[in-house]
Amino acid sequence: MALSAKDVEHVALLSRLELGPEETRKFTDELTKIFTYVEQLDQLDVTGVPPTAHPLPMKDVFREDVVRTPLSNSEALSNAPEKEDGCFRVPQIV
Amino acid sequence: MSLHTAHALASQLADGTTTAVALANEYLERIARTEPTLHSFVTVMRAEALAAAEASDARRAAGKPLSRFDGVPIAIKDNMITRGTRTTCSSRILENFVPPYDGTVVGKLRAAGLVPIGKTNLDEFAMGSSTENSAFGRSKNPWNLDLVPGGSSGGSATCVAGGQAPWSLGSDTGGSIRQPASFCGLVGLKPTYGRVSRYGLVAFASSLDQIGPMTLDVEDTAELLSIISGHDPLDSTSANIAVPDYAAELREGSLAGKRIARPREFFTGEGMDPEVTAIVEATTEKLRSLGAEIVDVSMPHLQYSVSCYYLVATAEASSNLARFDGAQYGFRAADTKNIVEMFSRTRAQGFGPEVKRRIMIGTHALSAGFYDAFYVKALKVRTLIKQDYDKALAQADLILAPTSPFPAFAAGARSADPLAMYLCDIFTLSLNLAGYCGLNLPAGYTSAGLPVGIQLFAGAFEETKLLQAAWQLEQAIGVVGTRVPALASV
Repeated sequence: MALSAKDVEHVALLSRLELGPEETRKFTDELTKIFTYVEQLDQLDVTGVPPTAHPLPMKDVFREDVVRTPLSNSEALSNAPEKEDGCFRVPQIV
Repeated sequence: MSLHTAHALASQLADGTTTAVALANEYLERIARTEPTLHSFVTVMRAEALAAAEASDARRAAGKPLSRFDGVPIAIKDNMITRGTRTTCSSRILENFVPPYDGTVVGKLRAAGLVPIGKTNLDEFAMGSSTENSAFGRSKNPWNLDLVPGGSSGGSATCVAGGQAPWSLGSDTGGSIRQPASFCGLVGLKPTYGRVSRYGLVAFASSLDQIGPMTLDVEDTAELLSIISGHDPLDSTSANIAVPDYAAELREGSLAGKRIARPREFFTGEGMDPEVTAIVEATTEKLRSLGAEIVDVSMPHLQYSVSCYYLVATAEASSNLARFDGAQYGFRAADTKNIVEMFSRTRAQGFGPEVKRRIMIGTHALSAGFYDAFYVKALKVRTLIKQDYDKALAQADLILAPTSPFPAFAAGARSADPLAMYLCDIFTLSLNLAGYCGLNLPAGYTSAGLPVGIQLFAGAFEETKLLQAAWQLEQAIGVVGTRVPALASV
């Protein structure tokens, strides 16, 4: 399946990756090649086959609702690029 | 110089031939001499190792070692978080990230008294098969420095093969323990999914990742597997199944009468280096001579492994790597006007090309209009691959496979074409999709003196059977410990 530069720009936007024009061109070629290769899966009839998202037969793994000791505020902020008043500081969102 | 196994060092510590501090100094000194050549490590933990070694000797002097392996050094792949020591995933986006807590497996190593000696180099975020995707330079194969050690756990392989650590931990999502083990002449095991906690392993693909041992022999793999395995309440995907003393049971169970499945789709010879084929055939004969019955089986969906894996793993990765956005930790791009620009430029500058490629493949596969055609379809093919494994394991005790179509290749040889690199893992990927356990066992050398390994697979939580068979075969093949890379004599 061929991807266009527009397709790659859209995927880059969804992925929050700022790409230059040369990168866009290169990724368009590479992604096209890869998505063409995976078309081989269309050879298979998967009617009635359930999807396997997870290899082990487990569900609803819960723990007791008991308070535990979390990281301290300073530990949690220890790698923050910017912080203020015990919070992470980021550029304007709204 | 010969390479020492962890179990040999444990005996020396127990009988007083050596001390933890002496061991730490020996390995640190060897690291200092060989690192400019090998580049196995992102961070060498010199001060931490010496402090841990001193504490170990004090415990032993007081008659209170934490385990048989108290004081033995170990190297840890740099995608497992270590409290107070930077953990980079070989990425610029985490270049200065210092975790405020240990992962569960790292905690288990410390609780057994093992001495972490350094964090090893990997393909960035474990994405790759050669360690050339590290943001901090490639690691070199001790058997031939112009060749890659494999990946993504390349540094974990080179440090053990190069005598810089007696054993190490790697991680395996599509073959990242087993393939570098094959390229570097080591035993490398991927446990059953859920056998070992993933808490503290920086997630690449959450339904495929497992931490596992990379060692000089099967006995060390068995010992290390017991140390790291077990249920973890902090990892809801970890299995609540008792951990055997794998090493204690190693010498039991003979290969005589065992049925070994040989999937014909893995033995077409296509794309294989003929010397690798010859070694795999010789190993099959060795199994027969030990009384095993080789059973020809068909696993018809194996040929779809690469396609299935590169949709499932990339989809999971696109989700797992969304957290690296410059907000709470790691690199943040400067001078951005708003949050979206901050995220997009941080990730553009912080991630390497392979990581970006895989995030985009995964995002596209999950996006509206393509989700069913790519991601869901791949999950259904995953079911078919798993069923192939189940049918084969219903007829046999173990499955035999090559590890890699070829021995270690030259740096740069496969980096121009991403798909060429992906096809390296044709024999390893499907095991992660099925979720079962498997290992690489060194089986011989090419005429150029390069190691070649083979794989054995077993069913869910059948590591005991797998290790017993591997140990028997290791003794019979007789290559483990017979050669060391030339670098080891430096």
